[in-house]
Amino acid sequence: MSFLEHRVKFAPTGIRKILYMNWPLVLLVTAVASVGFLMLYSIAGGNIETWARPQMERFGVGLVLMFIVAMIPIWFWRSMSGVAYIVAFLLLIVVEFFGTVGMGAQRWIDLGFIRLQPSEMMKFTLVMLLAVYYDWLDPKLVSRPLYVLIPVLMIVSPTVLVLMQPNLGTSLMLLLAGATVMFVAGVSLWYFGAVLALGVSAVVGVFTLRGTPWQFLHDYQYKRIDTFLDPAAAPLGAGYNIMQAKIALGSGGWSGKGFMQGTQSRLNFLPEKHTDFIFTTLAEEFGFVGAFSLLALYALIIGFCLVAAWQNRDRFSSLLIIGVAANFFFYIAVNLSMVMGMAPVVGVPLPLLSYGGSAMMVLLVGFGLVQSAHVHRPR
Amino acid sequence: MRRNPRDTEESNRTLNRRTLMLGGAMGAMVAVLGARMRYLQVDQADEFKLLAEENRINIRLIPPVRGLIQDRNGKVIAGSEQNYRVVITREAAGDVELVLRRLATIIPMTAEELQSSVEEVNALSAFVPVTVAERLSWDDFSKVAINAPALPGVVPEVGQSRRYPLDTDFAHVVGYVGPVSEKDLEGLENPDPLLKIPKFQIGKIGVEKWMEDTLRGEAGTKRIEVNSAGRVMRELERQEGDPGTDIRLTIDADLQNFAQVRLGTESAAVVVIDVTNGDIVCCASAPSFDPNLFVRGISHTDYKALMDNDHRPLANKTVSGAYPPGSTFKMVTALAALEAGVIDTNHTVYCPGYLEFGGRRFHCHSRGGHGRVGLTESLAKSCDVFYYDVAQKVGIDKMAEMGRKLGLGQKFDIPMSAITEGIMPNKQWKLERHKQDWRIGDTINASIGQGYVLTSPLQLAVMTARIASGRAVAPRLVRMVNDKEMPVPDAVPLEVPPEYLAAVRNGMYEVVNGEHGTAKSSRIVEPTMVMAGKTGTSQVRNISKAERDAGVISNEDLPWNRRDHALFVGFAPYDAPRYAVAVVVEHGGGGSTAAAPIARDVILRALSEGLPSLDAYPSSQRGRIETMLKELPLRDPVTGQPPVMTET
Repeated sequence: MSFLEHRVKFAPTGIRKILYMNWPLVLLVTAVASVGFLMLYSIAGGNIETWARPQMERFGVGLVLMFIVAMIPIWFWRSMSGVAYIVAFLLLIVVEFFGTVGMGAQRWIDLGFIRLQPSEMMKFTLVMLLAVYYDWLDPKLVSRPLYVLIPVLMIVSPTVLVLMQPNLGTSLMLLLAGATVMFVAGVSLWYFGAVLALGVSAVVGVFTLRGTPWQFLHDYQYKRIDTFLDPAAAPLGAGYNIMQAKIALGSGGWSGKGFMQGTQSRLNFLPEKHTDFIFTTLAEEFGFVGAFSLLALYALIIGFCLVAAWQNRDRFSSLLIIGVAANFFFYIAVNLSMVMGMAPVVGVPLPLLSYGGSAMMVLLVGFGLVQSAHVHRPR
Repeated sequence: MRRNPRDTEESNRTLNRRTLMLGGAMGAMVAVLGARMRYLQVDQADEFKLLAEENRINIRLIPPVRGLIQDRNGKVIAGSEQNYRVVITREAAGDVELVLRRLATIIPMTAEELQSSVEEVNALSAFVPVTVAERLSWDDFSKVAINAPALPGVVPEVGQSRRYPLDTDFAHVVGYVGPVSEKDLEGLENPDPLLKIPKFQIGKIGVEKWMEDTLRGEAGTKRIEVNSAGRVMRELERQEGDPGTDIRLTIDADLQNFAQVRLGTESAAVVVIDVTNGDIVCCASAPSFDPNLFVRGISHTDYKALMDNDHRPLANKTVSGAYPPGSTFKMVTALAALEAGVIDTNHTVYCPGYLEFGGRRFHCHSRGGHGRVGLTESLAKSCDVFYYDVAQKVGIDKMAEMGRKLGLGQKFDIPMSAITEGIMPNKQWKLERHKQDWRIGDTINASIGQGYVLTSPLQLAVMTARIASGRAVAPRLVRMVNDKEMPVPDAVPLEVPPEYLAAVRNGMYEVVNGEHGTAKSSRIVEPTMVMAGKTGTSQVRNISKAERDAGVISNEDLPWNRRDHALFVGFAPYDAPRYAVAVVVEHGGGGSTAAAPIARDVILRALSEGLPSLDAYPSSQRGRIETMLKELPLRDPVTGQPPVMTET
């Protein structure tokens, strides 16, 4: 009988569990998603059918999933971690050979009723497996090279597969979320320092090997980096997206142009305005006040997660919650940096706002795990 | 596996510490993002707002309506007509080919036109309207409108396009408009933004070109909101421009039509000037062409036909054609001699049929010679030897000076294209041009308007007007701009003693009305319209020794392009000159037979209301003239349409 099982007898049972969920988190998530519906409605020019309704339906389904996941004891999910990871990993290999490439980035398997994106599945199964690993591992051993190498392999193998899809954004997310779990689990900071140094030299390598047969990235990826470094150089070419996004944001000013009044989005100057660049429309129509409020909501969600992790005395649960929160955070940070011209354009959606079904579902399932960990925490 | 609780506590502390560090890092990142938002949305807001406006607002020009060109009485020569056209928009049409196929069943459209339209529509953005048919009749246009439900995406539109209702009559004077070319933009420092509008039409030649700035008008502007693809979303503001200014020419359209028709298929030109004010009332060059063809975009075959025609329909012979004036130049020689004092009005010369000079014989057109001739007779009979003799005495420089005084060898400031200066040679000119000294033989040739002398019909008309009026009449083509009368240039008296001019005029009277006058068959018997003038026949070839030995070859035996040019200058009425006329018929043969009759008809038409009265013609000619006048395919004065030719 584990420590966790031992203490769990005080945990709520049956339908009463709902009362013990982290309700502020549920409400915050719903609030942010609602902002998303509003923006999708506005971007479609006041048409609810285009994007808002499908998004709401998916959110509804995702919310139900979240509740179901939350009701199931966390130790069940813990026992499923290994299996889930292996399944997701195998699927990643399968899509590498049999998957469909869409938009030059995502790879999926069409099962007929759903488009399976193994890279999305990997997001949380990786975090779960790492949490299991560090729960199992004696805390004294976390910084031993061998025990550092094992989680690094767990992270790097799927990351490389996703990168090969090629999906730079998601692979980056996997790497960052995995590294965060390792960091919180207590891996010596020296390792992180070393990786950082390696990263810097890799960046140098990427640029010096450009144009040679050994170049790491695709030409379009190089171009995105060029564009990021100097968007004005090609205002009608690749730099167009960033420039127009910045114009939308900036012209929103303090209080915005008003709901459905954004000229940039209304007149189609904004790229990908319902997906990756949805934040620009919000910032244009609701201004700094609206944009900053959204940022505050996001910060609150992450804050509640971190507090939940802090309160939870189960090591697996804490790490899992932090993994999910970190994933969520990195999506936000990278997306906002991108649309505000602080980072190159890597196809990363804004969680809960961007139009897109599977990312939304997976995220809500992730929050379901957080809720499960919270409900079933040792007391 | 049960762990030591102390280990668990320890690891939990690490976990919490790292969580705290993570939270701090995340908070810092959120702060950075917030600061960036503040920077973009608060600090730089104004700059980005401006950029967003620039994105959104486009300024479009509204083309102004081009000014009218009218004749001296207000008859429209160049106007704008409603252009009924049909445009199609791909996004609204759906299946473009199907819709156009249907359209082709109700309006005239060839299979090639249909195919090229389909290609053009598919090549452009889905929302760009493409013109598929233009200049439809009202019937076809209505058919399209009625069938609109079956033709999605097809919109009937009304635009403006230039139209020349009097087509061939004014092709050379007024010219035509066409789309702006690269060449048109060259050399323009700050071109009117209108010129950048696709298919905008500007004057290419003639009055349309030279009065372009007056006719064009000012563009209006509209501020429109566009989306990223350039699609117009709505109009925000509209500022109307100024339409182009109307112009009235000095030309009388009815007279012009008469002259044009009278010239017929000849390669010829006629200019009529109002002696009293210099107004060019007629300026016809034949054969002509339809300027409307050029507005629509002339087909290759049509253009080739115009270019290959040896009568050069595209050339404006009235101002661009430079011809040896032949005997019409004799007035210049005579006046130069009189003014120089080398002869007086009673001077006579014996003409044996030639003049021997430096071992060379200069022939008179009359082989047998004219005997002793005075000034009047020399003009009436067109004796060459008289002028050979006189010219030697006066010299080329004095002759050239007189020629210039009378309007030769210079360019008049009228808004027409390709105006020639002609050549009024003197000693210095030859030295500069040919690096040769002037020889006396050149003077002898010049004395009868051959050799180096070249003049345009307009110059000859001006010369005649100046001789007739004794004043330096300057030609004027534009009578009114914006309904305001343009100033008549001052016609100062010529610095030629009036009695000399009177003597020359008397000679010109004898040419037409005298018993031995070369143009006596073209006299006007109506006493208030009596014409005076001078015939001219200018050689376009050198007569070889062999030809001379074989005797004079008549023009009819020569190929057309080697025949002599026929010229005639004249004015009427003799006692109170009103109109001066100059006629050149290229390779027409003799001036008295080919040019003088045309000049008479045209000047009579100018002096009359409507067709000239038969009473003005000598009675023996009336029957022939009546038939000729009746058969002229004149325009209907009301509809402006030429008569329908019926094959007999």
